[in-house]
Amino acid sequence: MDLQSLAVILDSALRLSVPLLCACLAGLWSEKSGVVDIGLEGKMLIAAFAAATGAHASGSALIGLMAGIGASVAFSLVHGFASISQRGNQIVSGVAINMLAAGLSAIVGNAWYGQGGRSPALEGQARFNDITLWGTETIAAVPVFGPLFREVVSGHALPAYLAFAAVPLTWFVLARTRFGLRLRAVGEKPAAVDTAGISVPLLRYAAVTICGVLCGIGGAYLAVAQAAAFLPNMTAGKGFIALAALIFAKWRAWPALGACLLFGLLDAGAIRLQGASLPVIGTVPVQAIQALPYVLTVILLAGFIGRAVPPAASGIPYVKER
Amino acid sequence: MSAPIELPRWADLALVPAISVAAAFVVAGLVVIGIGENPLTVTRILVTGSLGSADAIGFTLYYATNFIFTGLAVAVAFHAGLFNIGGEGQATLAGVGVSLACLNLPFLPAPLLIPAGILAGAAFGAVWAMIPGWLQATRGSHVVITTIMFNFIAATLIVYLLVNVIGRPGSMSPETSEFPVNAHIPTIRAVLGAFGIDQPSTPLNLSLLLALAAAFGVWLLIYRSRLGYAIRTVGAAPGAALYAGISPGRIVVVAMTISGALAGGLAVNELMGAQHRMVLGFTAGYGFVGIAVALMGRSHPAGIVLAALLFGALYQGGAELAFETPTITRDMVVVIGGVLILFAGALEGLFRRFVARSLAFAGRRVKEA
Repeated sequence: MDLQSLAVILDSALRLSVPLLCACLAGLWSEKSGVVDIGLEGKMLIAAFAAATGAHASGSALIGLMAGIGASVAFSLVHGFASISQRGNQIVSGVAINMLAAGLSAIVGNAWYGQGGRSPALEGQARFNDITLWGTETIAAVPVFGPLFREVVSGHALPAYLAFAAVPLTWFVLARTRFGLRLRAVGEKPAAVDTAGISVPLLRYAAVTICGVLCGIGGAYLAVAQAAAFLPNMTAGKGFIALAALIFAKWRAWPALGACLLFGLLDAGAIRLQGASLPVIGTVPVQAIQALPYVLTVILLAGFIGRAVPPAASGIPYVKER
Repeated sequence: MSAPIELPRWADLALVPAISVAAAFVVAGLVVIGIGENPLTVTRILVTGSLGSADAIGFTLYYATNFIFTGLAVAVAFHAGLFNIGGEGQATLAGVGVSLACLNLPFLPAPLLIPAGILAGAAFGAVWAMIPGWLQATRGSHVVITTIMFNFIAATLIVYLLVNVIGRPGSMSPETSEFPVNAHIPTIRAVLGAFGIDQPSTPLNLSLLLALAAAFGVWLLIYRSRLGYAIRTVGAAPGAALYAGISPGRIVVVAMTISGALAGGLAVNELMGAQHRMVLGFTAGYGFVGIAVALMGRSHPAGIVLAALLFGALYQGGAELAFETPTITRDMVVVIGGVLILFAGALEGLFRRFVARSLAFAGRRVKEA
């Protein structure tokens, strides 16, 4: 394989991993605080819809991004209200969020635009254009690294860079700040945090809000950067692959980046390997590669390779003692 | 712990679900107003479209059959304290079982082939649910995540199978050959026609009776059998179950297996009753709506049948709606399902508290008077 095709594969792997990474980090924030979220898919979907609508109406991709984040945070807060204030079942609430987002985006999209749920195509400023990083042309002269930098690292849209920047930020805030320490504590032993005089609901609401913002970025990337329109059900299970990546990363930020890149690479590889014959194994069905993230997650969860242990209090509503 | 909200039985069984449904329809009405349609017109189309003619009722009952199966599947797992989100995947695999039986045993007469297809479907669905159950019981991996993953594994597996293995040779569309005629479950129209009663042609078939029998069977199992008692004990208090000599791990596997077999009924009604071949995506979200059905029916078979009728009517009425008002599509049912899951499931406490307070207030007024 020559350098050019390697660069193409890595570039598309990076692009495919952006929405996964957003949703994965979003889930990380939520679950670290003790709120299980299987509604990542729905939040990304409604964000993609709101982002496409906002960008189309205003002609500005940035306003689209804001609209996407707004819609996603609103759904997050519904989930937060159900699981934090009402102490409802978090899985049930997540399923409801997914169905609501799928139904609402399709029905409102169809009513507004009358194209079977598609939004009109976004053009020019209504879409995030690829950013050429500063210094790309200077480095391009360096053999191997230069072209790889130009093809793979440079030339992505703004939400993609936001997503990658969120990795060190998430790590730093969770591991090195007081807020992060408290947030992790509330996901492990909320009673201890409560005893220290810190509000458990407030911390959890903060966490689900951050979760909403990240899902919003992921959804906006799908509709306004990767594609140039909203398509019904365009998240196509990415929110669930992100959930798998989160388990794979054992609820840690840097491994989350690794898992999302790996799943992105699998996805990019599946497209390239369609019909190709590999040495030794022969032709691999594309479906086998597509199913790999899910199969790996099942195996990992079953403890056959390592052990994935979620935060101790995740999924359990906190009831203050009386 | 906060005290559980105590309610009289009638309020628990009828009033709380009724209020959740009413609230869900208010939200759906707001969505309808939001997209510029008249909610009253929409309601009229929904009601006449689902119940207004023998034809409409036939379709409503046909969809309700699917929802009874998926609702029962979710409910049996609920009783064991499990959340089976994998109905879609289990029904998909059941479709493979149904197809294998129907396509490979065409020489059997209908009275043998139809039960064989049903059993094969139930068995395949059961196995696809048993694995996550077994993984939870022995390896501690949570059934929610595993069943989600199994949905996606089933979705990719079925594409592979339909394209490469069991698909109709020479066909570009991912589907199997047509099942032999003796694998077709008779339609209600054909059965009533034999008695001289004329019915319009709808896909409604005898699977409806199978679904009602399954509902009765689940009632017997859960409330009238030793195993059902064990399932409910594990769901309510796994520690107590262990102390009483019940193995929670074994019950988890058994409950998931039954749940998966019930989800397989969806494949029976859709494939053997109506489409007469296996097609890609025949599960069409019925598995997820089954969660709403089970929550609304309070996991009781009678409640599930009623809730399934409601969703069947919504589904059929939604099709008419999409036909008459181009701005509204069938996705309206998904929205209503989502809101119902939110209200009847996750926000249940909100409504229960409201009902408890109203009842207490009414009680005081009666005493004062």
